[in-house]
Amino acid sequence: MLDNIKIVYHQGKQYIRNTATTKVPGIFRGRPVISTEKVNETELIGLCPVDAISANPVSIDMGKCTFCGECAKRFPGKIRFTSEYKISTNERARLIVKEGEDRLVEVNPETVRKEIHSVFGSSLKLRQVSAGGDNSCEWELNASNNVQFDMGRYGIEFVASPRHADGIVITGPITENMAEALQICYDAVPEPKIIVLVGTDAISGGIHAGSSALNRSFLDKYMVDLYIPGNPAHPLTIINGLLDLTRKKK
Amino acid sequence: MENFTTILNNQTIPVADIPEVNYATFLEMNAGFIISSPERHCVNYFGYPVQNHIKLICCIADDNTHNIHVSSCLVNPSDTLDSFTARHFCFEKFEREIHENFGIGYKDHPWLKPVRYAKNRFDQSKTIANYPFYSIDSDELHEVAVGPIHAGIIEPGHFRFICNGEQILHLEIQLGYQHRGIEQQFLDKKNLLQRSTLAESIAGDTVVGHTTTFSHVWESLCGIQTSRDIEFSRTLALEMERMANHTGDLSAVCADIAYQLGNSVLGRLRTPLINFMQEWGGNRLSKGLIRPGRNQFPFTPELANRLTEVLDAYEPDFVEMNKQLFQLPSALSRFERTGVVSYDDVLSIGTVGMAARMSGLRRDIRSSHPYSLYPEITHEPILKHHGDVYSRVQIRRQEVMQSMQYIRDMIANVPEYIEQEPELGSPEPNSFAISLVEGWRGEICHCAITDNSGELIQYKIKDPSFHNWLALALAVRNNEISDFPICNKSFSLSYSGHDL
Repeated sequence: MLDNIKIVYHQGKQYIRNTATTKVPGIFRGRPVISTEKVNETELIGLCPVDAISANPVSIDMGKCTFCGECAKRFPGKIRFTSEYKISTNERARLIVKEGEDRLVEVNPETVRKEIHSVFGSSLKLRQVSAGGDNSCEWELNASNNVQFDMGRYGIEFVASPRHADGIVITGPITENMAEALQICYDAVPEPKIIVLVGTDAISGGIHAGSSALNRSFLDKYMVDLYIPGNPAHPLTIINGLLDLTRKKK
Repeated sequence: MENFTTILNNQTIPVADIPEVNYATFLEMNAGFIISSPERHCVNYFGYPVQNHIKLICCIADDNTHNIHVSSCLVNPSDTLDSFTARHFCFEKFEREIHENFGIGYKDHPWLKPVRYAKNRFDQSKTIANYPFYSIDSDELHEVAVGPIHAGIIEPGHFRFICNGEQILHLEIQLGYQHRGIEQQFLDKKNLLQRSTLAESIAGDTVVGHTTTFSHVWESLCGIQTSRDIEFSRTLALEMERMANHTGDLSAVCADIAYQLGNSVLGRLRTPLINFMQEWGGNRLSKGLIRPGRNQFPFTPELANRLTEVLDAYEPDFVEMNKQLFQLPSALSRFERTGVVSYDDVLSIGTVGMAARMSGLRRDIRSSHPYSLYPEITHEPILKHHGDVYSRVQIRRQEVMQSMQYIRDMIANVPEYIEQEPELGSPEPNSFAISLVEGWRGEICHCAITDNSGELIQYKIKDPSFHNWLALALAVRNNEISDFPICNKSFSLSYSGHDL
């Protein structure tokens, strides 16, 4: 018993006090900023392994980006990845960062479905479905619940049964072999319910986009309520995204 | 000319140098390599189409001599062959895969059940929805079906238990839900950065392991000599990945025995390790860190100081927590004699990595086929002998300490980084390359074959989980079904690495 108390004492305080303002260590690659500098655009666009960069104006789609940083390494004057981790949004188009723009990517409360605030504003239970996820976003979703990030303090938790859930969180590019299970799981969640996509693979297919082993038709049928980009998404991106979706007022 | 050729890890040879022998010779020779020789094991056995035939390539590694014996055989897709599996069971999965991909039949294979329902499989009428589960007809028994979606935040797979009361008689594991067609994508995507990114997503918890293996294959094919700083970074990152995952697994094992303190403390101890990877390369799971032919994020003396701080803070907490965990009677009673796989069984099914070392089978590529800086480290694998949950958690605890020592020794002497334009070259035409790396789970093997213009025509990936899933199925036999979670977590296998 005493040994256990000693261990607890040695841990000190581990939780991140403010998950909205804390700084991430090192060279985290979060929201990119694109300058108006003139560069060889063909070379820049050809560099990207996932076609996330396009021209007129030069822009990066964070829903496709793997955040490998190759473009910033090759064109440091043109592209810079900031350590801004709050990059989740409810509008797919907001994930596209254009040159000359340095504005936050955030949830637009105007377009969030009304019932999300009233029903899920203080408690949200989610069922996670990995559909071809490589276990990186899955690890980060688990980390969101550890004693440091401690998402549970906000009343946001993952549950075992879809029948206990208020929505599903999808990771992975959605494989053909997993498509049916995903549909069954979604159907089992009672209304009203939300759909959250976590990670580049879920949002666009990522590096697997175009593979014939995928079946992404599920996403054509429903409205997605939140996009949480990253490869994998950082726990702080996940937590802030879910909080902004359910609590941010107009 | 001999019936096989002998190469080393990370070596490229012309495909024409691999002797092509008739099937009877091919079978006798490769089975003969393995039978009664625990120091040899099959690291890869696969087929690829050559005109209207299938070329089978078998790679047998010899752990004592560091050699890999490679041989080949040309067969027809319509053939029905004598199986390797009837001679030695370790070939069973490889032959199931060959059957699933090309339709080749086997006379005496015990069960050619599907592996992963690959998109380009031979028989499209077999789907994951009509999987032929093994069943036993009895009023005494019941079946428990779990998955593909599990209770926690993990990857999908289906487990079908046949139980007598609380006791598991048989567990069948059905995978394939994660299949993204990665091997095919390696051929379809021509750009090196795309292929590196693909290697990173084979298994997102083994990013360093798989990208290092891919990089070694590619550099070998292109004849690139890497500088010391590049191999230093890879070795360091491999050991960091091992530490982080072992720490996370120990935490998860604590969760499964309802030991909240161990779960929380070990769970939080993983954070500084992966946060350090972010400080170094900008990503907590090391994506973007390892690239063929270049040092993307040079390791600096400043980072070495920072890592020393991280480890100095980590070590006392890790040691203290484990000391407590490993003397807790309620924990030990759950660990000991739970989920046992014997030495004979692991040898028979050909497990690798921790799932071999837990039962006294010495399989560790770091010492048997050393690469990167491992020839200098003189690694001594940590072996346990009971093959139970306790052996598996002990290996993790001790390997964390071992890796930490390797890291401390390495960063005491950081090699100088000299900036230079990476020389990427192009792959040698008509060649075969093989690379083996000991990832945190065990042996990772990638093989590549090029055509006469140097384009990839086959890229074969083998994650350690390919073999080790069967060990889990055997481990839970005659255990209570309530012990399944702890057995599962003590193996901690990859779904995406298996399904590709």
